[in-house]
Amino acid sequence: MGPFVPDLISDQLNLVVALLLGIAFGFVLEQAGFSSSRRLAGVFYGYDFTVLRVFFTAAVTAMSGILILGHYGLLDTDIIYVNPTWLVPAIVGGVIMGVGFILGGYCPGTSVCAAAIGKVDAMFFVGGGLLGVLVFGELFPLYENFYTSTSLGAVKVFDSLGMSQGLFAFLLIAVAVVAFAVTTIIEKRVNKDSAPSLQFKPLKHAAAGTFAVVLGVIFIFMPGHKTSLIDKVTDPAYAAVHPVDTMAVDELAFRIVDREPNVKVIDIRTPAEFAKLSLPGSYNVQRSDFFGKDWIAAFSQRHVKKVVVGDNEADERTAYYLLHELGYENLAVLRGGISAFQNTILDSATFVPTGSRWDADVKDFRESARVTILKMIADAKNKPVKTIIKRKIQGGC
Amino acid sequence: MNTKYMNPYLAGFFLGLVLLATIFITGRGLGASGAIKDLTVAISDAVAPKHTEANPFFGNYAGPGKENPLKSWLVFEIVGVLIGGFISGLVSDRLKFVTEKGPGIKPKTRWVFAVLGGALFGLGAQFTRGCTSGAALSGMAVLSTAGFIAMLSIFGSGYLVAYFGRKLWL
Repeated sequence: MGPFVPDLISDQLNLVVALLLGIAFGFVLEQAGFSSSRRLAGVFYGYDFTVLRVFFTAAVTAMSGILILGHYGLLDTDIIYVNPTWLVPAIVGGVIMGVGFILGGYCPGTSVCAAAIGKVDAMFFVGGGLLGVLVFGELFPLYENFYTSTSLGAVKVFDSLGMSQGLFAFLLIAVAVVAFAVTTIIEKRVNKDSAPSLQFKPLKHAAAGTFAVVLGVIFIFMPGHKTSLIDKVTDPAYAAVHPVDTMAVDELAFRIVDREPNVKVIDIRTPAEFAKLSLPGSYNVQRSDFFGKDWIAAFSQRHVKKVVVGDNEADERTAYYLLHELGYENLAVLRGGISAFQNTILDSATFVPTGSRWDADVKDFRESARVTILKMIADAKNKPVKTIIKRKIQGGC
Repeated sequence: MNTKYMNPYLAGFFLGLVLLATIFITGRGLGASGAIKDLTVAISDAVAPKHTEANPFFGNYAGPGKENPLKSWLVFEIVGVLIGGFISGLVSDRLKFVTEKGPGIKPKTRWVFAVLGGALFGLGAQFTRGCTSGAALSGMAVLSTAGFIAMLSIFGSGYLVAYFGRKLWL
């Protein structure tokens, strides 16, 4: 499952990866004609819409790839870098950059690419870029507060607009395809002799556009990896054919008292509830955190019985199925949930005789277990809690 | 040798694949202005270390205990862009020292405006936390609100002021 940084690719190796990806980036930019300022500026005057075509096609391609990889669980879309939004500073910066685009004819990436093939104007642009950053830094105290104002965090655009991810993806593709068609008409009118679109083969382009729109329609109906798995395991038909291993409260208590290393409790309740009461040797993991890579090491030990503990058995079963679908083995659900454990073991006053001839033994066991486990819980409270820090990949400019 | 540019949609598709590979392998997107910032910090720190480290903005990136600003992901990536662009220019026979400009202006005018445009980009990219690559393109690929705001504000502003800059290009 991607991304491979930092697990498979170290920070050092990542720099080599950066160089290689940069070479590919520079090569494609140059092949696209982004090393020509006249071509880049053309998008603002209607004689050459190359920028729009390359830019939108690239954005749609990468977005589609991320949606598809995320859908199949091949890419952990929760930890990839999502650019945080500082609303007003971002708009102000964008407006400044727009003016820079008209005056300079490049943006930073394209200017580096153009300088590489000898464009003198691009070299001046890069130099100007250094000056711009220097000026920004020197004057920073003037707008230090503004710089960090209107922070919205790493919000996604479909959430900002209140629609589903798939619908937004479709709309973006549709807008791109319409824009491609309209700008081609404009370009041919403005630039009758040398519009790049005069070279296009209309039939092939129409076919590609249709394909993109069909892909967009598929996105509307394609849920994310998490949503589709949760839908799958909460379907009653699924539960009907998938039995679960269960563990009785007494057995769990016995194995905890025995300090058996091969039993671990996966507590799926909220951190607040977990803080109030947690069984010895338990991990507090919310269902939504099952999907990432953080818990793979802990959950994939096959010889360890992982007992799912939650508020009720229905929650536990869903979590059990999810873990099962994610490929984890040797699982069990605690019969009756945490409340059953609490009632039977931790509050021994509520012992209900079953009429069995073992009643006395069971009562004795539970009473001694209660003392031991309560002591273990109290001891654990004094120890620092081992938690896994949620990872987020750093990125951005 | 083929000196023609690639079909823009095909080029966009390849660019998208490069960006997708970047996100899939490293979990982060492509960028450019960040490397220019790192280079600025490194130069400023070499020339006036005390002044640079006392600056509330540059101080975040330079000083004792901080990694050398040039040892950053984006700097390595942008060195790659230089190499990749050069290779592309080589295979397509486009290596040439030339100043590209509109027909109505002199090269010197073009240079002055290129510096000015670069400076505005360098400055604006700090507010937006990225430029056309790092904020707009990479940001849009991961469907971040920031990416779409960057794209709309850069191109929106470009279209608004294009009229006033027409003499530079037409």
